[in-house]
Amino acid sequence: MNEMIQETLVGWSRSQFALTACYHWLFVPLTLGLAVVMAVMESIYVKTQDEFWKKAAQFWQKIFGINFAIGVATGIILEFEFGTNWSNYSWFVGDIFGAPLAIEGILAFFMEATFIAVMFFGWNKVSQRFHLASTWLTGLGATISAWWILVANTWMQHPVGMAFNPDTVRNEMVDFWAVAFQPMAITKFFHTVSSGWMTGAVFVVGVSCWYLLRGRNKRFALASIRVASVVGLVGILTVMFTGDRAGIQIAQNQPMKLAAAEGLEHGGAGAPFSIVPGIEVPKALSILATHDTEGVVPGIQDLLNGYTDNEGNVHLSADEKIRRGRQAVNAFAEYRKTVNKDSVTAIQARQTFEENQAYFGYGHIEKKEDLVPNITIVYWAFRIMIGFGCLLTLLLCLTLWFERRGTLAQKRWMQHWGVWSIPMVFLAGQAGWVVAEVGRQPWAIQDLMPVGVAVSGISASSVQVTFCLFLALFTILLIAEIRIMCKAIKNFRMED
Amino acid sequence: MKHTHNPFIRIWHFYIEGFRNMTWGRTLWIIILLKLFIMFAILRVFFFQPALAGKSEAEKQHTVATSLSGERVDKPAE
Repeated sequence: MNEMIQETLVGWSRSQFALTACYHWLFVPLTLGLAVVMAVMESIYVKTQDEFWKKAAQFWQKIFGINFAIGVATGIILEFEFGTNWSNYSWFVGDIFGAPLAIEGILAFFMEATFIAVMFFGWNKVSQRFHLASTWLTGLGATISAWWILVANTWMQHPVGMAFNPDTVRNEMVDFWAVAFQPMAITKFFHTVSSGWMTGAVFVVGVSCWYLLRGRNKRFALASIRVASVVGLVGILTVMFTGDRAGIQIAQNQPMKLAAAEGLEHGGAGAPFSIVPGIEVPKALSILATHDTEGVVPGIQDLLNGYTDNEGNVHLSADEKIRRGRQAVNAFAEYRKTVNKDSVTAIQARQTFEENQAYFGYGHIEKKEDLVPNITIVYWAFRIMIGFGCLLTLLLCLTLWFERRGTLAQKRWMQHWGVWSIPMVFLAGQAGWVVAEVGRQPWAIQDLMPVGVAVSGISASSVQVTFCLFLALFTILLIAEIRIMCKAIKNFRMED
Repeated sequence: MKHTHNPFIRIWHFYIEGFRNMTWGRTLWIIILLKLFIMFAILRVFFFQPALAGKSEAEKQHTVATSLSGERVDKPAE
């Protein structure tokens, strides 16, 4: 019964966090992408002094403003949830998680808030160059914000630069640079931000295609498509490059996530990549994960039962990790009990804890099968992300190609595709986060803390109530955003 | 805008004039303020009290340590 209540609590707490994060991630990538598109357009205006580009930049700034206004502060709710639903986690991570979020709040948010005012209120009041700098700095502020959030997220996927203190029951930062600039964080930052550029670019292409279908604002639409396609292609190339880097890093640090994303039960050397069930590309997964056609990629069963990698390193079975984890948990409990009473026992317990600390989280795992994330969700989310990513790449290449040849305005099928690509790009982004977050289950912090331990000792019903409140609030906000945005798009007129 | 050399007054006027001249932006500001009110004055106050709030440092440590060394500590590995 207790386990059922606990599972319900964890399930609802996770659902609430997922709901909040998914809504938040509808606004953020559009902010990041539109910021680049409008800044490029304003740069062209400052260079050419052509009023057309000023009006174009002002229109996309208006759309950016609507998105920013509706989306701003939706991420703060995630921080509420850390304190209320995930209090064990919040205490356990200590300042490591708090520091990047604090820097994000103070530095990046205020930078963004300052320059956004100059961008909106400063036309004809400040010099053209100062205004242009403010527009770029608005985007840079949003991007720096993303950096610190992604540093915090990466630390949960690959905790580094800290030491656990069993006296305070907190992790303490011992190397800020290792936390802030670990390779996984850098890869994640560029992968995520460039996917935002792609989102903004595809959105601009989609809206512009709608104008072409309606036979309105033709010059504006074609010029917007030209700029957005280039921004989007730069974004997608960066997404591809960093995605390749991420594949190797995940194979090294979160091999279960990779195995689940591939539905790979039994791995080995020369592992194939599954396009869809039943269709495989030989050796492609080994290339993605190791850059070697014969690289060893462990499958789910290999990870559960133990395996030997390319370099001959033996990786422990899940049962052995659980055994060592329970030793660590027992030693931790013993240390806490004896630290003020019996120094000899406490020293021994601490030594045993430190010897097995790397497997601490495994001590809370009931059975080894609990270490496998939901394969169906992760497998298909991965394919949605890559599949839609490929379709969007093709779209951006074709729109740029036809626009340069002067035939895009006649290709209505292309324009329809452009409009429908808007939901596609948002789905691709959401799917990417599903792979990242569902794929790392059951861990709140990889190998150190499973979600069942991270959750607060509160009632599941209180989480259910706030889940419903958020669902209502965010849905209203989303409807408001779509309505205001559609009105702004419909009312916009620009003579050709 | 009134002419003054005081940079703070100039910044103040810059913002005030910007807000006064807003057209579509007013609706957005209403949405922003309403949203922040709901988040901070309702959700934060009534629904999102930190679970460890009101406890001393030692009590917080004890609560989290109890979860970390939970019921499963004495179970042997399979």
